[in-house]
Amino acid sequence: MTEAATAHRTSPVRRRRIKHLVLLLGAVFMVYPILWLLKSAVTPESEILGSFSPIPTAFTFENFVDGWTAGPGSGFPGYIVNSLLVVGGCVLGNLISCSLAAYAFARLEFRLRNTMFALMLAGIMLPYHVVAIPQYVEFQQAGLVGTLWPLVLPKLLATDAFFVFLMVQFLRGVPRELDEAAAIDGASPLRTFFSVILPLMRPALITTTIFTFIWNWNDFFSPLIYLSNPQQYTVPLGLNALVSTESGAGVGQLFAMAVVSLIPVVAFFIFTQRYIISGIATTGLKG
Amino acid sequence: MSITTKHGTTSAEPAAATPPRRSPRRGGVRRTRFGYLAVFLGPWTLGFLVLTAGPLLASVYLSLTDFNLLGNPTFIGAENYVQMFTADPRFFTSLGVTAMYVVVSVPLQLLLALGLALLLNQGVRGLSYYRALYYLPSLIGGSVAIGILWRTVFGYQGSVNQVLRLLGFEDLPNWVNNPTWSIWTLIALNVWTFGSPMIIFLAGLRQIPAELYEQAQIDGAGAVARFLKITLPMLTPLIFFNVILQTINAFQAFTPAHVISNGTGGPADSTMFYTLYLYIEGFTRYNMGYASALGCILLALIGILTLLNFLFSRYWVFYND
Repeated sequence: MTEAATAHRTSPVRRRRIKHLVLLLGAVFMVYPILWLLKSAVTPESEILGSFSPIPTAFTFENFVDGWTAGPGSGFPGYIVNSLLVVGGCVLGNLISCSLAAYAFARLEFRLRNTMFALMLAGIMLPYHVVAIPQYVEFQQAGLVGTLWPLVLPKLLATDAFFVFLMVQFLRGVPRELDEAAAIDGASPLRTFFSVILPLMRPALITTTIFTFIWNWNDFFSPLIYLSNPQQYTVPLGLNALVSTESGAGVGQLFAMAVVSLIPVVAFFIFTQRYIISGIATTGLKG
Repeated sequence: MSITTKHGTTSAEPAAATPPRRSPRRGGVRRTRFGYLAVFLGPWTLGFLVLTAGPLLASVYLSLTDFNLLGNPTFIGAENYVQMFTADPRFFTSLGVTAMYVVVSVPLQLLLALGLALLLNQGVRGLSYYRALYYLPSLIGGSVAIGILWRTVFGYQGSVNQVLRLLGFEDLPNWVNNPTWSIWTLIALNVWTFGSPMIIFLAGLRQIPAELYEQAQIDGAGAVARFLKITLPMLTPLIFFNVILQTINAFQAFTPAHVISNGTGGPADSTMFYTLYLYIEGFTRYNMGYASALGCILLALIGILTLLNFLFSRYWVFYND
């Protein structure tokens, strides 16, 4: 805005340069920590601390090799398998359960529909920490604490109501004529859902996949309360264990594995940027 | 979690909190058969009852009990709450730490988000690259990996101190291990993730009709007047939306504080976020009744804050329609 205020005094070329300078400087600040992390991951242990330059001066893979198996349990190969199991289950669960519910709210006629829709919206606002303790008690009584199920099962039951809402909003924009035509042709709601609605919902399903993946890959709180056996650790838990235990892992290994833990999220971001940006812009997904 | 008040399409108007209208049909409403409903709504209904509504009610009940997970909950009335408000300084410490975190980081985050959105909205070449770079921290800021990175960057030998030493400062602290400064490293981390509100602002700026600016220019309004009289009022619904969203998110922050303090909320409880305290009481000390009471207070606090935000919104939020 200072720029707008001085607009009548500065030439357009100069203004453009200043603008880019500000943006570039900001970008440097934003990206510096990530670059320094990358650089430190490939720097020999003894040279990491005490250098703030984000440009590597030496190059070693040792941190990755050592860190790969340094954690408790079966190390990072095991953590990654567990994380993929959990995240895969969450994605599948959200895609199926949320799209089923969204179709019902958007298209079917039934008693208490408005009430249930309002309850669903209220559920979105509910902080997870408030229900975490009774949920823990339930899973404990079901004998599921210490397994990966408490991390996946809720998604199979559409507890990420946010995605139900996202899909209902999407279906509002899909012309009713399409599914009504199918109904007139004698298709059952199930048939209509699978052969007409689901293919049309592709963009909403992609957004759901992306954010379910990223959120659950990063999730720390739930695995922390439900998993205690290192064999079952997910990546964030394994990484955390590398810090706090007497695993003897130096900062180099720690940073190398931190990089490993971020790769899937950043890769997802690079390849699906368009969907992520429009998802946030239109729904306020926190990212 | 996130909250949502906006449309699934590109429009920026808030969505009504009602389901889509029924399609008009002759001969009244035709209800869907129960069997189909069970398939479509069964999973959600079960989840809502067993994992959302049930636990919410159970949380209220457990908050009135003494419960350590092994035995049965013993009903003790309001004792947990009495204890919390009269004999638990840590409860107030955690409230203070969280309040400070929310009150300082959310406005800073939103100011940066707004400023950069305005800058990026002026037809910058390479917009998509800048946008991606500024957004990336939002995606990973809450992860364990970034928590670990932060500990080092703000550590005694970290980059921050190295730069400050070059600038001539001496006697620098280890920022994360210092009771005065540790919370500021977490605030810095939250401010760093301003990319997602920035993208929401950027989308909102594009929704402002160009005619408004053209008309203003014809009327002789300068750049400052155009910003104050058009841009800012038109953006207030989104500013409001972001305030609510980021406040609720910040209130529930957990991972960075846990990683930076090794799960202790230290040094000297200076990073004892409310959620971290709840975790410590519930899952490391197994005071599940007490932790449930903390959870109920959290819900009440977020509810009251959101309500206040909504009440005050009519004094400053401008709705075009």
